[in-house]
Amino acid sequence: MNTTAHEYRTGWKRALIETRNTLTSPSDLAGLVVPMLVAVAVLYFMRGVEVEGAPVSLGAMNMPGLIGMNVVFGGIITLVSMLVMDRVNGTLLRAKSMPGGMTGYLVGQIGSAAMFLSLTSIILLAVGLPLFDGLEFATPDRWLLFLAVLAIGLAAVMPLGAVLGALINNPKNMSLVMFPVMASVAVSGIFYKITALPEWLQWIGQALPMYWMGLGMRQALLPDSMAAVEIGGEWRTLTMFAVLALWAVASMALAPRLLRRMSRRESGSAVASRRQQMQQQWG
Amino acid sequence: MGHPRPHAGPAIAVSDLRMRYGDKDVLTGLDLRVEAGGVTALLGPNGAGKTTTIEILEGFRARSGGDVEVLGVDPVSGGEAWRARLGVVLQEWRDNGKWRVRDLLRHFAEYYRPYADPWGADELLELVGLTAQAGQRIQTLSGGQRRRLDVAIGIIGRPELLFLDEPTTGFDPHARREFHELIHRLTDLDGTTILLTTHDLDEAEKLAERIVILAGGRIIADGSPDQLARAAATVAEVSWTQDGRRHVHATEDATDFARGLLATDDGAVTDLEIHRASLEEAYLTLVQQFETGQTETAVDTFREATK
Repeated sequence: MNTTAHEYRTGWKRALIETRNTLTSPSDLAGLVVPMLVAVAVLYFMRGVEVEGAPVSLGAMNMPGLIGMNVVFGGIITLVSMLVMDRVNGTLLRAKSMPGGMTGYLVGQIGSAAMFLSLTSIILLAVGLPLFDGLEFATPDRWLLFLAVLAIGLAAVMPLGAVLGALINNPKNMSLVMFPVMASVAVSGIFYKITALPEWLQWIGQALPMYWMGLGMRQALLPDSMAAVEIGGEWRTLTMFAVLALWAVASMALAPRLLRRMSRRESGSAVASRRQQMQQQWG
Repeated sequence: MGHPRPHAGPAIAVSDLRMRYGDKDVLTGLDLRVEAGGVTALLGPNGAGKTTTIEILEGFRARSGGDVEVLGVDPVSGGEAWRARLGVVLQEWRDNGKWRVRDLLRHFAEYYRPYADPWGADELLELVGLTAQAGQRIQTLSGGQRRRLDVAIGIIGRPELLFLDEPTTGFDPHARREFHELIHRLTDLDGTTILLTTHDLDEAEKLAERIVILAGGRIIADGSPDQLARAAATVAEVSWTQDGRRHVHATEDATDFARGLLATDDGAVTDLEIHRASLEEAYLTLVQQFETGQTETAVDTFREATK
């Protein structure tokens, strides 16, 4: 029996069971659906807000950006909190104590996170299309672009989340990731035009995956004339794929080494001391 | 595939094991050899280095010095096939709380399939007495049920060697007793070698055939509960009833005293009892001295008592 293939197969089964466990627990499901509903509701109130020189409302304009943000923000936060909390409750150590358990765990967790992000992206799309006038999603080229952007986004964000999660050893340091990721929403043109920002902020935004995911989703969902609002007045499709691919490759190169280091440091007393720290802080 | 071929040498062979954190020596030359089969208890006060030792043996922690072989392999270089031959039960595990009990066992068994013929989830649940909880989410189990699940996970791949680290910490007497019964069932089952750590002498005496006492970073006593108890008993207390009165006499040679007593009493002596100073007393003195920082004195006193 090929043990590596077996580990991946077992990990995939883990992903399916994890997903089922979340879908059947009401609190998890609420945590998933409520923030999305709030965001969509906010955009819905913007559907009457006109944008100068644009054929669609501000709400419709931001809907694709919201889907892009969901993938990047959701992906990073999900993986980071998973890796950090699973070190506190011992799930990671458990994986380490079994043959091939660590591979199975990572495949399972990343797999289930990817399934969720895909699912929530499709739900957002399904909710957004009838709510907002001006979104275009009737032709196969748009479906294909949507799926391609989603796929490259996941490929960039999953290993990036794993890298950040592996670096954070203590739950109280999770804000070190949360705040920068939130701040990156502000400079990525998700809720208003990036061209309204000072040029140096635009450059920061364009270095991060959030902006490009938003751009890709806008191209997939908005009328072609909306490209005029973007930087350079065009969609920059190739650059979008190239930047996201670069993030994917860089994170994938770093992730295995950092995950191995994280795994090596796991032991029963490490778990116990983390738990003690948490109890002192919150208990 | 199939059952792993049992390892021929000792289950655990440790010589001159040293561990140092910063400038603090936790293990100062530990020697230990555990043959395959049976239950060995690693007993010692909190902070004696039990957990450090067991984590080194489990391959979860790198050592500072010395030689270690677990099932014939150095834990530092133990691969997945070696890992499959071990079972690990830690003090406090709260992993995978959202999973249902049977799902988790079934899933974990998968990991062992390339190396062994793992337990089926339902037989295992019956063995550890969790059949009724099979469909429950793990986070809803009680402390005792959770620990029995941990044992089930520990033995799921039919390990040659099972580590139990302070398995009954925080248990009420009932849960503790049930847990002890479970361990007895495991030892009856097959030739699994069990190494458990505990700071509770009573637990070590109940479960183990051999007790190794760890204090001050090394092993200070080693033997069966009986051997250790006999060694600890320097003075025995003989008591009896004669002419309606209770008599007590302390002596170093209780057998000889009793022989003399019975030879001359004309049948008047009844309710004769000989009580040896217990291992418990010797151990409690050790723990107390250890906790008040008199590590060296503690170790010396205990050695003197069990020599």
